[in-house]
Amino acid sequence: MLLLETYKKLAGEGLWHNNVVFGQNLALCPLLAVTGTATNGLGMGLATLVVLVCSNGLVSLNRHLIPAEVRIPVFVLLIAALVTLVDMTMNAWLHEMHKVLGLFIPLIVTNCSILGRAESYASKNPLVLSLWDGLMMGFGFMLVLVLLGAVREIISSGTLFANASLLLGESLSFLEVTLIPDYRGFLLTALPPGGFIAIGFIIAGKRLVDRLFAARTIRVTTGEALTES
Amino acid sequence: MPLEQLKTRVSYQTLLLAGFALAASALLGIGDWNTRDAIEMRRQEDLKASLAQVIPDELYDNDLLKSTVIVSTDGLSNVQEILVYQARKQGRTTAAAFLLTAPDGYSGNIDMVIGIGPNGEILGVRVIAHAETPGLGDKIEIAKSDWILSFNGRSLENPTVEQWAVKKDRGEFDQFSGATITPRAVVNAVRRGLLFFDMHRSEIVE
Repeated sequence: MLLLETYKKLAGEGLWHNNVVFGQNLALCPLLAVTGTATNGLGMGLATLVVLVCSNGLVSLNRHLIPAEVRIPVFVLLIAALVTLVDMTMNAWLHEMHKVLGLFIPLIVTNCSILGRAESYASKNPLVLSLWDGLMMGFGFMLVLVLLGAVREIISSGTLFANASLLLGESLSFLEVTLIPDYRGFLLTALPPGGFIAIGFIIAGKRLVDRLFAARTIRVTTGEALTES
Repeated sequence: MPLEQLKTRVSYQTLLLAGFALAASALLGIGDWNTRDAIEMRRQEDLKASLAQVIPDELYDNDLLKSTVIVSTDGLSNVQEILVYQARKQGRTTAAAFLLTAPDGYSGNIDMVIGIGPNGEILGVRVIAHAETPGLGDKIEIAKSDWILSFNGRSLENPTVEQWAVKKDRGEFDQFSGATITPRAVVNAVRRGLLFFDMHRSEIVE
């Protein structure tokens, strides 16, 4: 396969077909815990993305040195060290965001998708491809976090990206929108059950899109077959 | 010896694990070294910001974080000692503030800061950290509701000790519709804070 094709395929896998949430149904715990608002989703998504890319890179670099017998402790050690570094960095320089997400950052260690990518991809593939895989998988996860956060935030409080300026400074304040002024609020979606319900609808929507595309492909193929005959 | 063969040896695997552990420790050490000062600064800023919410600026000209006294709680609270921050103006103690925890919130601890004048009157109470239900219990935050302001100007005489409770417990303070446990925990913690201040007024105010 051409190299470009490989990159394209990895991007498709990470963003859609084998997306951490949609495809693998992994990492639902941090997903549902932090996505009360789109801003929190974005923050958690960025932190996870950084950890995923770094861990994929480190694992790939050392893949020839690590014997199969001790690979899991080595991977866990690397991931835990990276997460702790991200935690300290956020606490020092993204303090407002850390106050909101602080509780969940250490839990990135237990995000099975990170160990999963290390095990199933980075430990078998060269550095650049592994970095790209981490980037795409992390990006796909971040998109779901932001999407779910946005849906829940709009329905629960009528705003979008509230407090975004806390995340990366005033430059992001343009994202803050009040979509429904004087909204009385709908508490359920901000609570954990609302998270489950919303992610259920989103996954169902993804399946529906997949099915529509599959149906269209079949129709196109049969259509061609008919004209040929 | 080729790497593949070496990799199956227990001694190699042990050393490799040790090597990675060492590298990770070094990495964390460097990270800690670089962020420690910044994190400590943020912590102090947070503390200063919380104290400033309950002690008005014009009441003091000293550095609150540097002028503290450690007071024993005599079993009034689940902590042994409380660090009390003293506000001073021209050498006179004009107010005191300390952190307060209500251990009996609906979901865990509610951390608060309280400011009290030398006569035992509350200058302000603010919730710093909590995990109460969004939309119900979180009305104790100043950002969500001004309920917490109902403590301003209160003292142990106003209302009387028996009245220091939520209305459901035949007290003076409003609860929220749908949430009684949270305001009850806060009211009780504030009352305990006032009792603590009253018992140690001489130590704190001098």
